[in-house]
Amino acid sequence: MPFVPHTDEDIRAMLAAIGVESVEALFDEIPRSLRAHPLPELPPATNELEIVRLMHSRAEHDRRYRTFIGAGAYEHHVPAAVWQIATRGEFYTSYTPYQAEASQGTLQVLYEYQSMMTALTALAVTNASLYDGASALAEAVLMAVRTHKSSRRVLIPRTVHPSYRKTVRTIVKNQDIEIVELPYDLPRGHVDPQYLAEMELGDFAALVIPQPNFFGVLEPVDALTDWANARGALAIALVNPLSLALLKPPGRWGRNGADIAVGDGQPLGIPLSAGGPYYGFMACRKELVRQMPGRIVGRTVDAQGRTGFALTLQAREQHIRRSRATSNICTNQGLMVTASTIHMALLGPEGLRRVARVCHAGLSMLLGKLSAVPGVSRVFDAPAFHESALKFSVPAEDVLRALRARGILGGLSLKSDYPEIGDGVLVCVTETKTESDLSEYASHVARIVGDRFTPAPCAPNSAP
Amino acid sequence: MLIFSLSRRGRVNAAQAPRETELGPCVIPAEFLRTDPPPLPEISELDAVRHYTRLSQLNYSIDTQFYPLGSCTMKYNPRVANTLAMLPQFLALHPAALEDTGQGFLACMYELQEILKSVTGLAAVSLAPMAGAQGEFAGVAMIRAYHDARGDRARREILVPDAAHGTNPATAAMCGYTVREIPTDTSGDVDTAALAGAVGPQTAGLMLTNPSTLGVFERHIAEIERTVHSAGGLLYYDGANLNAILGKVRPSDMGFDVLHLNLHKTFSTPHGGGGPGSGPVAVSAELAPFLPVPIVEQHAEHYRLADETMRAQSIGRLSAHIGQSGVLLRAYVYARMLGTTGMRRVAEFATLNANYLMAELRKAGFEVAYPERRASHEFTVTLKALKERTGVNAMDIAKRLLDKGFYAPTTYFPLLVPECLLIEPTETESKQTLDAFVLAMKEILREAQTDPQLVKSAPHTTPVRRLDETKAARDLDLAWRPAASA
Repeated sequence: MPFVPHTDEDIRAMLAAIGVESVEALFDEIPRSLRAHPLPELPPATNELEIVRLMHSRAEHDRRYRTFIGAGAYEHHVPAAVWQIATRGEFYTSYTPYQAEASQGTLQVLYEYQSMMTALTALAVTNASLYDGASALAEAVLMAVRTHKSSRRVLIPRTVHPSYRKTVRTIVKNQDIEIVELPYDLPRGHVDPQYLAEMELGDFAALVIPQPNFFGVLEPVDALTDWANARGALAIALVNPLSLALLKPPGRWGRNGADIAVGDGQPLGIPLSAGGPYYGFMACRKELVRQMPGRIVGRTVDAQGRTGFALTLQAREQHIRRSRATSNICTNQGLMVTASTIHMALLGPEGLRRVARVCHAGLSMLLGKLSAVPGVSRVFDAPAFHESALKFSVPAEDVLRALRARGILGGLSLKSDYPEIGDGVLVCVTETKTESDLSEYASHVARIVGDRFTPAPCAPNSAP
Repeated sequence: MLIFSLSRRGRVNAAQAPRETELGPCVIPAEFLRTDPPPLPEISELDAVRHYTRLSQLNYSIDTQFYPLGSCTMKYNPRVANTLAMLPQFLALHPAALEDTGQGFLACMYELQEILKSVTGLAAVSLAPMAGAQGEFAGVAMIRAYHDARGDRARREILVPDAAHGTNPATAAMCGYTVREIPTDTSGDVDTAALAGAVGPQTAGLMLTNPSTLGVFERHIAEIERTVHSAGGLLYYDGANLNAILGKVRPSDMGFDVLHLNLHKTFSTPHGGGGPGSGPVAVSAELAPFLPVPIVEQHAEHYRLADETMRAQSIGRLSAHIGQSGVLLRAYVYARMLGTTGMRRVAEFATLNANYLMAELRKAGFEVAYPERRASHEFTVTLKALKERTGVNAMDIAKRLLDKGFYAPTTYFPLLVPECLLIEPTETESKQTLDAFVLAMKEILREAQTDPQLVKSAPHTTPVRRLDETKAARDLDLAWRPAASA
């Protein structure tokens, strides 16, 4: 049978050593009635050639598209070396580094990863990763509430990814925490600090500040951070880590910087891969480190004074504190972090800055091309990073379907999560798109919208 | 040496970075921009490849060493599962477009749900949880949602045996429950009298690992099931040790209402240095409405993802997208390769290997914690007597094993067994490997008696010696910083 190496002779010798007649006898402590139900028929066993054939046929069914969807998962070029090294057996098949002496490779990678994330976020400490961006935000909310003296309320703008807000609600639901959703300014597409100052929001533990926000729009992070801090609350930054090669890091927001930064590490070397595995990151001020969930690696010395690395601050964790732990989390996303660390090392500060710049420039170019197309307009007018919400003069679903027929995933429909926008589509451009990709996108959209939309003579121009 | 010390200012890997020609002007106002570049390393491609290849070589792993890490099921991770999960078409799938562009992928997910229903015997499955601990969270949240939906709000307590993983009580607390521990009797089973005294109208459920973390099958499972259910509580199966009964006993037949599986254990997906895991949940029909979303459904020839709008009673989403897709693909490949016959034999050979190793270690002079019991897929050795005699403790033995070319068993867990090693060989190890391990353990036992200092100061051959963990926690150094700007 697959993956079991025993010969008949091995089995006989082993049973004799144990002193039983059969393998079945080893299960004699299990009540017989429980053993009476054999496993129902599963699909028959396949050998390697057969499973390769099957999976190739499934994969080929899923033909490749040019994707202009972002919305929390971004297509970027990943250098060939990243996954060739990350899937070396020594990384791929090792476990959580409990035995530090036999796990220095993983431990040093995690320490280097922590160093790189503090460099990007300009915050003092980070953990060794969480599951994904959405669950990392939930953990940040829990951490803020643990830290705050009195309030169990957390403010989350509606410009935070809808799935992130839903995930937070699932995870904090039974912990007596109140989530207050904040509105955004409709023509601008971000939270209005002036409006917040005028609202009666009461006492709260934290304000979540997305940068860029779900619409790709840049939030006034300095004003929002200072506003939260002035009210005695923590500022939780929710950031795209790639954008931090270009944008102001959370540690420098406002007068004192954000207190916690979280996000999804996917843009740093992780393929789209149908939604996972990705990883969540969390950075914070030094004073908050003992409230941070998840594994943390520290640099120390060995018995001979040589530099080495080990898991540290384990007293926060479930295997020590059980029901009083900071979180029930035990695994992190070690392999994804390994890939991301190699990715960051290969690209360096200048390479990552170029990726971010090219993404931004690509979006600007696409918006420029679309501005000439009648029946297409931008929903928001504030500066954006590499995503933007568009409106068409025809139903968005029709546009997206027609683009799909041309091999293009044209964007994400905003209709169900943001009905107030109307028929909006969130479109993203990364460095994977060439100028001709952008031209084709614009010309297909012009054709699709033009087929369905002919402005009446003398009607106002609907272009932005 | 850290990657940062290989860095030289101004070095760029032009081949990996995008071209910057013909960029339009940056229209982002200065107030949003970073004023100085992040202090990331500036390394050549060759130096980066060499550095991380060398770091990998400092690790012990399943691919290089026997990894008898109890409770973690470190079995062989088939290479083909990785190759197939990383086919370019799968890697290019955008999570927001799966129904339109990922029908081949969703077919794999749907069939994996069906396979997990078969092996657990339960009615419905969600693949959404991203790790075992998140699966536990989803499971206990469903227990709470079930009681709440019935208006049964007095049930505020989750029962957890004292042998349980730390995640069980931590999870119950995250779901707003108080935790009551149930003691274990002297033969390693749950103390059923204590359980009977603990259940009541406040009982929401019991979380049980079976076989338990002590490496023995819970013989009173039928009585436990009656006690909890007749008090109105639900029975949660922690799938950490499912490998011990996979294909042999179904959790549904033991009366469990809800469970999570650790695909990175039982379904052989890689541990990756501590993740990603994957922790699907399976439930009885009564609990199915509460499953976390999304769930893959089949309608005619089309697969779709049912979200919270279609499943109003769901406990909700657990991640931004659909869960650990790439891990789920690897588990699917593994399950399809095993098929019915392969799956039936997993528990048999995992159990054969564990009982053989236990028998041989006893002959070699080691004391097992429950000598009158069968091992499940793992067993506990207690070194209390050895420590009293020689001063050599469980951690010393673990460290000395590293010198002998083996990864260490789990140490000091479960907490109930003093000076404990929890040893799990898995079904994929050969008799030769197990014999070599026994030989190493014999040598260490002899060394403990003749030269205890040798064992107490182990490891001697690893890249570093024992680390100063007190210093690590006291003088926190969690990130490198550039000297000039410090």
